[in-house]
Amino acid sequence: MMIESWLKSNTYHHSVFWDIMNIVREKERQNLKISLCIPTLNEESTIGKEIVLFKAELMHRYPLLDEIAVIDSGSSDATRDVADSFGADVYLSSEILPHLGTKRGKGENLWKAIYQLRGDIIVYVDADIKNIHPRFVYGLVAPLVYRSEVHYVKAFYDRPLAFAQNIRPSGGGRVTEILIRPLFSLFLPELTAIIQPLSGEYAVRRKVLETLPFPVGYGVETAHLVDVYQKHGLTAFAQTDLDQRVHHNQPTESLGRMAFGIMRTFFKRLENAGIVKELGSMNTIMRQFQTRDAIHEHLLTEIQEEERPPMLDIPEYRERWKH
Amino acid sequence: MSSRKKRESFTTLRRQLPRLRGKLEDIREMFLANLVMLSEIPAPTFEEEQRAHFLRQRFAEVGLVNTSFDDMNNVVGIHPGQGNEEERSNILIVAHLDTHFAPTLDHSVTLTPRHVVGPGVCDNGVGLAVLATLPTLLEQLEWPLQSNLLLLGATRSLGRGNLDGLRFFLKHNRLPCRAGLCIEGVQLGRLSIMSVGMLRGEIIVTVPEAYDWTSFEARGAVALVTDVVRRMMAIPLPRKPKSTIVLGSIEAGTSFNRMATHATLRFEVKSESCDIVRSAAADIEDICIELSSESHAEVELNVIARREPGGIAFSHPLVRRTRSIMKALDIPLTTSPSTSELSMFIESGIPAITLGMTVGEKLNSIREQADITLIPTGLAQLLGVLAAIDRGFCDDD
Repeated sequence: MMIESWLKSNTYHHSVFWDIMNIVREKERQNLKISLCIPTLNEESTIGKEIVLFKAELMHRYPLLDEIAVIDSGSSDATRDVADSFGADVYLSSEILPHLGTKRGKGENLWKAIYQLRGDIIVYVDADIKNIHPRFVYGLVAPLVYRSEVHYVKAFYDRPLAFAQNIRPSGGGRVTEILIRPLFSLFLPELTAIIQPLSGEYAVRRKVLETLPFPVGYGVETAHLVDVYQKHGLTAFAQTDLDQRVHHNQPTESLGRMAFGIMRTFFKRLENAGIVKELGSMNTIMRQFQTRDAIHEHLLTEIQEEERPPMLDIPEYRERWKH
Repeated sequence: MSSRKKRESFTTLRRQLPRLRGKLEDIREMFLANLVMLSEIPAPTFEEEQRAHFLRQRFAEVGLVNTSFDDMNNVVGIHPGQGNEEERSNILIVAHLDTHFAPTLDHSVTLTPRHVVGPGVCDNGVGLAVLATLPTLLEQLEWPLQSNLLLLGATRSLGRGNLDGLRFFLKHNRLPCRAGLCIEGVQLGRLSIMSVGMLRGEIIVTVPEAYDWTSFEARGAVALVTDVVRRMMAIPLPRKPKSTIVLGSIEAGTSFNRMATHATLRFEVKSESCDIVRSAAADIEDICIELSSESHAEVELNVIARREPGGIAFSHPLVRRTRSIMKALDIPLTTSPSTSELSMFIESGIPAITLGMTVGEKLNSIREQADITLIPTGLAQLLGVLAAIDRGFCDDD
């Protein structure tokens, strides 16, 4: 078990990367391009701030980022207009590789970003972060720039804050602690070292991203961890403590649906790897209940967890990137 | 420079300003990023260190020299002028670092294409963002100044801070200042040139533990402090010189069904005449003594701050030039007296004004809102005034 040594060598606090100019110099020496992808769906209240901060600090002040792209799932609010007004490259997910159709879910945007964006490294940052700061990007990019053997850097958030108004800090979140960590402990114990496996902020090398299949829904982060681990081992990962992430808390019912999608993705991978056998076909219906006027209502939600193939399998991508 | 040449030169400067405003649109991201990051660092009065550290880091990043903290945790940096080192004058630009908001409050800021919203964005996130961004603006816009700019983020400005940060700086600063500019987030068009006389105080009503609640005249602290308010409102004040008593806040009691044992009233007396401030203060003191003896409760007056009235004349060249610059940018002028940083400059004999940078709403609330589309106009105004001071257009004739 290499968890202890990995934690020592591959876990960082963002403050060690305070010298952003040095990261930029190293990036330029290696002739790397870095793209930021912000997947959105109705994020008009937070998207403007994210773009302004990243553009001003990490494009103008320190030229770390080569592009900032918003990939939108079809927001019905002003997300795309706000993003555009602050100078981001804004794409509608359905307009990227349109002949492949559109699937619903954040993973779809992340996958299409691999085709659309130019970077050798792609950083994904969610759009709902209220306390956004440049560290959310440079803290994740720096281990990739400094260490060639690292391919995938995950964020974690380690310092509790007391916030009212339905906002809470992310420690290890509820789904992580009661689902993911027990599953990893059972089947892939080394992956328990990833402190926050579901965090939506990570930076990845293109050469790894293009080989990964992408669940379009809840399971995308878990699938990445399992797939990268099985191909490259724990040494391909690093993680960075970004202090705090303030965001709106999700109701338990939503987390239940998330857990359902993640389990489907996870067990499918265990079966493919031969870790579990003869699972058979798994149900796609998540069943929940709510009580209204003493009557128990049965709520059914279909969660397919469809997957996109590795981008390398898409001819247009191979053509674009001359593979 | 002859008067005629000065006039012509100033006219040329005025003509440049609308075009300058257009160029400022291009660097708004940098300003907004500074505004967001500064505003999101909590900085209640006496706890400004974290915000001051961030500002100092910004000063260092943009190449200011002598960036430092002083004993009051004020943060200062010098943007060196391009003039001959021995002949360079100094212009002091100050914005206060502290806010009214508790550190436990969610300080997240929201940005829309038109507004920035969050606690303290107007007072004084915008002012601090001006300090953090100004050196880059001067460089990118190629707006050279012969004078040194002393950029000061001042601590302990508000409430009980009583301007102690700026007071300390001005007392110990060894660089002579040609002029001072106080930067406030709002309101654009504000031109403060005078400080009014002011007394800031609080009246604390404390009902003793052994108070006889059964006696007929027994009243809790809420009723007593209300009586103080009623009597203060009856203090006669003249229309001229302009005078007022501002009743700022009352805190009292803990529940529905228990008489309050403590109450605090916070207020300010303001007047263009220091005699009236003194007279009103004496009246308030009498009210406290009188009520204390009538009720057997303790009614105590604490004076937190005093300011002497003063300022520069409406006809002072600094004021005339600033008005003219505002006109060139179509900024509607509002002159109003100040009791903030400006009064420290006045006490120190430094000609100074206070300028607002944009228009704000919902001030002093957690939804404080500043119009970001007007910030280029506010900045163009500031750059115009700086150039006018720097080129000698604002010196006494």
